[in-house]
Amino acid sequence: MTSPKITAALAGNPNSGKTTLFNALTGARQHVGNYPGVTVEKKEGVAKIQDREIHIVDLPGAYSLTSYTPEELVARNMVLDERPDVVIDVLNAAALERNLYLAVQFMELGVPVVLVLNMMDEVRAAGMTIDKAKLSRLINAPVVETVAKHGVGKEELLRQAMELAKQQDGTWKPLNISYGPDLDHALKDMVALIQESDFLTHRYPAQWLALKYLEGDEEVLEIGRTEGTLHDKLQEIVDNVSDHCQKTLSTYPEALIADYRYGYIASILKQGVLTRDTTHDRIARSDRMDKVLTHKMGGPLIMLLILYAIYKFTFSVGDIPLVWLSEFFDFLGHSVENAMPAGMLRSMLVSGVIDGVGGVLSFAPLIMIMFLLIAFLEDSGYMARVAYMMDRVFRIFGLHGCSVMPMIVSGGIAGGCAVPGVMAARTLRSPREKLATILTAPFMTCGAKLPVYILLVGVFFPKNEPTALFAITLTAWAIALLVAKALRSTLVRGPSTPFVMELPPYRLPTAKGLIIHTWERTWQFIKKAGTVILAISILLWAAMTFPRPSSQEARDIQSSIKVQEALLSQAEGGQVRLNQEKTEQLKAQVEALHGKFDQLALQNSVAGRVGVALESISRYAGFDWRLNISLIGGFAAKEVIISTLGTAYSLSEEQTSEEATLAKRLRQNPNMTRATAVAAILFIMLYSPCFVTVVTIKQETGTWRWAAFSMIFNTALAAALAVAAYQIGATLA
Amino acid sequence: MATHALPLRQLPQNASARIVSVAATGELGRRIRDMGLVPGTIVKVIGRAPLKDPVALRLLDFTLTLRNSEADYITVEMLESAP
Repeated sequence: MTSPKITAALAGNPNSGKTTLFNALTGARQHVGNYPGVTVEKKEGVAKIQDREIHIVDLPGAYSLTSYTPEELVARNMVLDERPDVVIDVLNAAALERNLYLAVQFMELGVPVVLVLNMMDEVRAAGMTIDKAKLSRLINAPVVETVAKHGVGKEELLRQAMELAKQQDGTWKPLNISYGPDLDHALKDMVALIQESDFLTHRYPAQWLALKYLEGDEEVLEIGRTEGTLHDKLQEIVDNVSDHCQKTLSTYPEALIADYRYGYIASILKQGVLTRDTTHDRIARSDRMDKVLTHKMGGPLIMLLILYAIYKFTFSVGDIPLVWLSEFFDFLGHSVENAMPAGMLRSMLVSGVIDGVGGVLSFAPLIMIMFLLIAFLEDSGYMARVAYMMDRVFRIFGLHGCSVMPMIVSGGIAGGCAVPGVMAARTLRSPREKLATILTAPFMTCGAKLPVYILLVGVFFPKNEPTALFAITLTAWAIALLVAKALRSTLVRGPSTPFVMELPPYRLPTAKGLIIHTWERTWQFIKKAGTVILAISILLWAAMTFPRPSSQEARDIQSSIKVQEALLSQAEGGQVRLNQEKTEQLKAQVEALHGKFDQLALQNSVAGRVGVALESISRYAGFDWRLNISLIGGFAAKEVIISTLGTAYSLSEEQTSEEATLAKRLRQNPNMTRATAVAAILFIMLYSPCFVTVVTIKQETGTWRWAAFSMIFNTALAAALAVAAYQIGATLA
Repeated sequence: MATHALPLRQLPQNASARIVSVAATGELGRRIRDMGLVPGTIVKVIGRAPLKDPVALRLLDFTLTLRNSEADYITVEMLESAP
């Protein structure tokens, strides 16, 4: 008989080295997915020991098993629903007391637990000693020492996990600790009632269920409520004992339970498990670094420098592979163009697939570098300090100290990109603050909007270019923060999530962890580019291509293009003699005709018709149909605004790329005034994020609802402000 | 040993104190207790952010930061400072 595969759940506090241990145990044999319905990552992998495999599920880092954060819920429900053979609880042994709090909660649940004393090197360096055998005996669980970053102790850990799984063989033995006479009494009554009627016992151990009732756990109560009559009886017992606690101790059961858990832990550690050499201060080095890095003057200054350096590095180093990639896709486009006969299929492949997906894939290096740097900041402990220093400012707007990073990457320093920016919001553990950050970060001046601003500013404010661009960046910040505040007072209302956060000691991140982390993120993005983004890209191409123009004018242009091109090719072939001047003239004519035809085609396409139809509304902001169509094109990517504008002014591709020509046309258009330019800049700053960002918003918020919201709300806001700006501007002029 | 009780917000830098009570309820209460801020725990203010808020605490061998408004729920009693 072959024994079935063992499943182990890897649990632990954030910063306990859990991920490092997971990487050490599973190596490259990992699979990353998402838990259904939430944006919490689900990582799985396989570890091998003595020809046997242990399936390891990496639970999200959590301090506790309450139902407040999605991470905690996911962690405990995975254990409840999938009943792993064993839970491997990774403890930062250097802060043993707090780390044991989660372990005790797993033990209350009854699942077999192996305790991992990780970071033993730090423990020793700090002059602390932990009596492993005594801890194991007192807490009644196997204890293994590891140094995850060097892979020390992992075989022993796997062996112990395997042993325990075999020994327990699926039986759960809930730990019973005393929560004080009042609660113990209530618990006993509740457990008796629960067991008597088998209330929810298929899912929850009776003792744990009763405990959760006392804690007032929202999720458990909700399930209990729908389950029948015993719920009311249990609730009654809880209410009585709560009343009693309130009167006699002026506290409540949930607080008491936490106190007794910590009391239980302290009582174990005091029996000689933990001894310390008081001459050492473990965190001394980290504290000295904090004296400088969070100094009241120097701290913010250094932070600005670091953030600026990250930004500079990402977008200057990231630019190199970005240029390679876009050149590669240009080359691919040209090759396809040359290899295939002209027609719709070629146009779709080149303009839809290659330009669209290629444009998106070019972001991959940016995302890679940015995540590498962010992972470094996070793993080193610096990110927590950024939040610590910035929180006072961002809190005013209903955001979190950690919001600063997504904002800057999105273009808080002009030239960023909202795609990695929105992804960077993952570092926020507070759901409401994270959502508000994700929804407002796309207002920032990304690298694709920048050339559009430069064009408009260059034409309409030629003397004040730098000032105007600086003003645009500041306006974007102001609006983003104000909209965040507005959202947090309306749609994303709710008290600010508690800030209570660990400042982990500074550590040097491991290269392996950084690389795995970075690659996962990048790969997720690439997969998106291959699916959703490809589909939308083709859809946008179709909207800007079909229906083809069929008017008399279009046909006339096409036939004269044919005639003149034929003439030109005959001239090249030597069948017809043309002088130099005449040839040049003819070429220019053909080019102009092509431009004119493309303009007609664009105007006739679905996007074009919408743009023309919208003129009746958009004229309040001073936008004509040309600008409208370009803005629609900008949904594909903001830099498309310029090329579409060129087509709308019937410029050929080459002419558009010489910006001077387009600038001249804009200047000559009597409808384009300074007021229009200001309105257009505001509109471009605020309206719907490009669809790649929209897809990213969906991915990071877990629902299309917020993605759709960002398109509709942002466009409405942009329209309102653009109209206001134009009307004021027109009045002043 | 112990002197009078005071809100954690007023604890001067580098002074140690023992937590007397935690009045926060709901999510905040849970977070605070999960991190080990329970009655009896010894805490020390080791720093404040550049704008004086949040505050950084040392307890149970690690560093924790929380906002002043959150610290207000915690009452402590100062310990005689060790030399």
